[in-house]
Amino acid sequence: MEKLLFLGDEALAQGAIDAGMSGIYAYPGTPSTEILEHVQKSKVAQERNIHREWSANEKTAAESSLGMSYAGKRTMVCMKHVGLNVAADCFMNSAITGANGGAIVAVADDPSMHSSQNEQDSRIFAKFAMVPTFEPSNQQECYDMVFHAFEMSEKHQIPIMMRLTTRLSHSRSGVVTKSILAENELKLPKDSRQFVLLPAIARRRYKMLLDNQVKFEQESEMSPFNKYIDGKDKSKGIIACGIAYNYLMENYQDKECPYPILKISQYPLPRKQVEKITSECDEILILEEGAPMIEEMLKGYLNNSLNIKGRLDGTLPRDGELNPNLVKQAITGQKTEMNLIPEEVKGRPPQFCKGCGHIDVYTSLNEVMAEYGDGHVLADIGCYTLAALPPFEAINSCVDMGASITMAKGAADAGLFPSIAVIGDSTFTHSGMTGLSDAVIEKTNMVVIISDNSTTGMTGGQNSHALDRLVGICEGLGVEKDHITRINPLPKNREAMAELMRKEIAYNGVSVIIPTRECVQTLKRKLTKK
Amino acid sequence: MKRDIILCGVGGQGILSIATVIGYAAVESDLYLKQAEVHGMSQRGGDVQSHFRISDKEIFSDLIPFGGADMIISVEPMESLRYLPYLSQNGWVITNDKPFNNIVNYPELEEIHAQIKKIDNHILINADDIAKEIGSPRSMNMVMIGAAAKHLGIEFSSLIDGIKFIFGKKGEEMVNLNIKALEAGKAFAEKFSK
Ligand SMILES: Cc1ncc(C[n+]2csc(CCOP(=O)(O)OP(=O)(O)O)c2C)c(N)n1
Repeated sequence: MEKLLFLGDEALAQGAIDAGMSGIYAYPGTPSTEILEHVQKSKVAQERNIHREWSANEKTAAESSLGMSYAGKRTMVCMKHVGLNVAADCFMNSAITGANGGAIVAVADDPSMHSSQNEQDSRIFAKFAMVPTFEPSNQQECYDMVFHAFEMSEKHQIPIMMRLTTRLSHSRSGVVTKSILAENELKLPKDSRQFVLLPAIARRRYKMLLDNQVKFEQESEMSPFNKYIDGKDKSKGIIACGIAYNYLMENYQDKECPYPILKISQYPLPRKQVEKITSECDEILILEEGAPMIEEMLKGYLNNSLNIKGRLDGTLPRDGELNPNLVKQAITGQKTEMNLIPEEVKGRPPQFCKGCGHIDVYTSLNEVMAEYGDGHVLADIGCYTLAALPPFEAINSCVDMGASITMAKGAADAGLFPSIAVIGDSTFTHSGMTGLSDAVIEKTNMVVIISDNSTTGMTGGQNSHALDRLVGICEGLGVEKDHITRINPLPKNREAMAELMRKEIAYNGVSVIIPTRECVQTLKRKLTKK
Repeated sequence: MKRDIILCGVGGQGILSIATVIGYAAVESDLYLKQAEVHGMSQRGGDVQSHFRISDKEIFSDLIPFGGADMIISVEPMESLRYLPYLSQNGWVITNDKPFNNIVNYPELEEIHAQIKKIDNHILINADDIAKEIGSPRSMNMVMIGAAAKHLGIEFSSLIDGIKFIFGKKGEEMVNLNIKALEAGKAFAEKFSK
């Protein structure tokens, strides 16, 4: 037993290592990235040779993880919330195949969209898939829950979701660790058809999943992580989920909370405890980080039974993350008095690093696009998305990983000329390749710029699967050799780059331009290491 | 004993080294600690903040409540003002006076300084120059910790232990320079309060 300082992400990773995990799979994404990174830094992981390489995307990661579970070993796949959309096909179906070795799907949500396109709540996905979910409220629970989750996964042969949110993923606190468990032996599923989802088998397994819901509910009712804390004043009962429980308790540091509290950290909801609090209390306040999921469940469509307060009736804001002040206001009606931010304070948006190659790419691109007017550049997600802001204001879209190429294709199909896609190297191997194949098949008139900084920059510089492979991949997908061009995006090459763009715009078909120069951050790190 | 501190600055200025040193000192002093950091998007020259909480009792929230911070430690003057909604009635603002100007509409420095001086409990320190004077420009962050030391509720010797732990790997000279920076910050703050 040792007490260590861990981010929520790191506590989760350490818990998994100590609980005998044999492999972790992930694609980086804030705020989940540090989970796999922690395993990469771990000595034990090295000694045990725990699988800990990055995957091409969340789908390949989830499937590899399921494969490891199939082979009987404990495994975890990690992603940010929108990554679950990419992995959804595997995730939904893995609820039906079930698990063999303990399988955890760790998803870090980002309410308030600190670094994301949306704030979707992964608990809803888990409910959709009918998969049990753990939602830790602190770093210690992140660690401890992994042990329970693996056990439960093996006991009921079901993958388990572990749902984190930004403020837990990226907050550090002391964690007491346990002694490390042995890894599982390789062991194939008892039923050789468990993972064969032919309709006849899938129907049977789906019924099993439905039947198992009762057991999952019982697990939640017995869970050490769900807590009923009685209170004398039954005029109000409070259901607090995950990290929202901390915001509640922050308001009762020095005094007891007079109201009954039901802390939820394991789903499906513990029915008995929910029945108890709703029958005993006149009014129920629901504190949940993310969507009003429980609130909607308890309210029902017609809203004709219970007196429920939360995000839907305006007691709490409908969107954004919670905090201790919002919770206080929801309970007492008191607003917090606070200083204002002086007018002098100006916004300081993130920017391209000095010397970044993306700057040169956009300088050339803006020069060329000035000849055609606005609205021709469909871009993607990464550092290069910063070109949406001044001074460049060069791009017209950023939707989901890979959508640059496919949206540029659709726009070209609609008649937009020129139609330009801008995508990063890691995003390209994440989900740009299939879209490029679509364009090649149809000989779509478009230019794809893969702005290659040879790393996954936005999330801190993880290895990029595209490293030194882009030309080969594009050739393999069928782009004509004469229309795949690499160029070094240096200030001195800006004119040449603009010329190249003009030339490829003039070509009626698919062209790929690959400006390649290493990210200044990863380069700096390499140089200081030497 | 409880201290809620907002650490802030601009991405790349290294506010996390402040958190690491105070954090080490806090844990060594058997205090509970919670520290919420910002990763991702906002690191690229944008504003960054960290909620840093130490206490002798269990800490619940990872976020400091608005109106609850005992102190704002900022390595950049305009940034120190961005987090005023977090500051408590009698809270301290301890900030570097040297601007990090990477935006086109950065306000006049005098206006920023005037706003800081309106706060009852403040220390405005030229931490960059002090660090340069002792021959270690990169120790600006340690000067800032020194300036805040009196109000941290942690023994000064524990902060020195924190520096030894964090910079130990980089050799004795680095350790000594950073301790010197810490002491210089402390000395400045003592004079400033007078
Ligand atoms: C489905 C999904 N997974 C992960 C992310 C997080 N994410 C955003 S950009 C990015 C990396 C982009 O790397 P690259 O394309 O090489 O561009 P760079 O940032 O290096 O310029 C990642 C991992 C996301 N937004 N969506």
